[in-house]
Amino acid sequence: MRRSMLVLGLLLLFPTLALAQDPVRKLKVVASFSILADMAREVGGEAVTVDSIVGPDQDMHVYEPAPADARRLADAGLVLVLGLGFDRGVQQLAKSAGFRGELVPVSAGIPTRKEHDHGHGKAQGHAHGAFDPHVWQDPERARAMVRNIEAALAKRDPARAALYRANAERYDAELWRLRDWASAEVASVPKDQRKVVTSHESFGYLGERFGIRFEAPQSFGTDSEPSAKAVARLIQQLKRDRTRAIFLENIANPRTLERIAQEAGVRIGGRLYSDALSAPDGPAPTYLAMMRHNIGQLVAALRPAS
Amino acid sequence: MPVGGRLMALYELLLQPFAEFAFMRRALVASLALAFGCGPVGVLLVLRRMSLVGDAMSHAILPGAAVGFLMAGLSLGWMSVGGLLAGLAVALGSGLLSRATVLPEDASFAAFYAVALAAGVLLVSWKGSNVDLMHVLFGSVLAVDDDALLLIAAVATLTLLLGAAIYRPLVTECFDPGFLRQVGGRGGFYHMAFMALVVLNLVAAFQALGTLMAVGLMMLPAVSARLWATRLWSLMALSVAFGIAAGYGGLVLSFHVDVPSGPAIVLAAGALYVSSLLLGREGLLRRHLARFRHLEA
Repeated sequence: MRRSMLVLGLLLLFPTLALAQDPVRKLKVVASFSILADMAREVGGEAVTVDSIVGPDQDMHVYEPAPADARRLADAGLVLVLGLGFDRGVQQLAKSAGFRGELVPVSAGIPTRKEHDHGHGKAQGHAHGAFDPHVWQDPERARAMVRNIEAALAKRDPARAALYRANAERYDAELWRLRDWASAEVASVPKDQRKVVTSHESFGYLGERFGIRFEAPQSFGTDSEPSAKAVARLIQQLKRDRTRAIFLENIANPRTLERIAQEAGVRIGGRLYSDALSAPDGPAPTYLAMMRHNIGQLVAALRPAS
Repeated sequence: MPVGGRLMALYELLLQPFAEFAFMRRALVASLALAFGCGPVGVLLVLRRMSLVGDAMSHAILPGAAVGFLMAGLSLGWMSVGGLLAGLAVALGSGLLSRATVLPEDASFAAFYAVALAAGVLLVSWKGSNVDLMHVLFGSVLAVDDDALLLIAAVATLTLLLGAAIYRPLVTECFDPGFLRQVGGRGGFYHMAFMALVVLNLVAAFQALGTLMAVGLMMLPAVSARLWATRLWSLMALSVAFGIAAGYGGLVLSFHVDVPSGPAIVLAAGALYVSSLLLGREGLLRRHLARFRHLEA
């Protein structure tokens, strides 16, 4: 009798221990946005349930907290955020919702590049911080993100560390293959023709990795209406640089860009997915699918019509 | 060549944006057409003491546009038809209700549009993502394509033709509804036709400027005109002229000063309103001056 009381007391004292030893109870992971959630699903596998606060096809830049989000965060066993100022709103909500665990910034230790380093004029739209937060656009950096996720899961749920390690290694190999495939694809376009204008500055890391020049007119934030001056400047820029293609993003107003493309005579590429995955039935339901889709669209628009 | 140089500068300031860029010409044509439709309608709204009805109606259009948006995405046709149906339902509904119940028309409008706005926001956030709502609320005059331009021009044409056709009974109903009833006119019918025009113009302006800005281009020129003129024809002509000036001025401003075009156009109309308020024949300064002279004499 006394011994069972002792065991009970120990169990109450160490709720994490109880969680780790219960094989059916899954760790509840909440990620700030869909891409992070997908990576967490890959690493966590069957052992976790993953929820994302900003879901597929939704824009982090205009995120408004909802009560249901606060509840999900408060119930979470682990909260994954990107950091770099990208998901500050979710971080604040997690704190005010009473989540007492550790907020894991998945971008920790990943080298960053300065934001807006190829701009003309002043930067408008959303303000992150000094650094470009869209690190996942580079498969190499995505590997580092996966390592961080694995470490966070293993720390929170040490009993299943081996499982997380195995999943992360398998996923890492897929990221390798993605990188090699993307390099080969981009190599089919002559270097001086890899010039693209897109409506949102999310592709800096992708461009750096694969040698594609992304121009993004600053005045086209996703949250503000562009001025006539900004539109005129972009048209002049497209004509002057002989840009080959212009891309609409899944989260910016497409009508303005359609007008611009027509007036400047450039090709409109398909949709690129940058800050959010597509819905499950869309072309980019996972991170790997998103990257393959984006590279495919880019290469198709840039490849000379022969 | 100081004169030539100055002319060049003037050309670069006022004309070159339109000469060089097709999107500027399009935006200009769109706002000119809007001015022709919205001006007279706005004047009649002011005269009928229904200035805030335009605002209410612009919100009433939202749920319809939202349904269209949910069915077909950013499609001009679907969103316009949806907005038109919702706007007509609210306009006719509150018009009929006010004639059938004790509620005055503005009370019915207030009730209808609050419900409609809430329904619109709910619909948009229910299925679309939160960005999409912004697209629905803020159109862009810089993104006007051929179809939108045709729609706006068609609405302006229809407004002028239909407005001319029902001009006399409509004006009579404005000033003396009792007389019109006595001579057997169907005031209700003309009122409804007029409300339909209001909705049509808002739907057209909604394509170019978005729901929030559409009302500005309808009411500000009309209110400004009221500070200069009293006769109906001159009021309408002036409001069209003010609308054109605001559209042109706003676009030039947006081109040179780097501000969004929709708000720039409405703010230009606002500037016209403020100067009319000060300088207009019925404005503050003249009135004050007149009273001053009167005291002196």
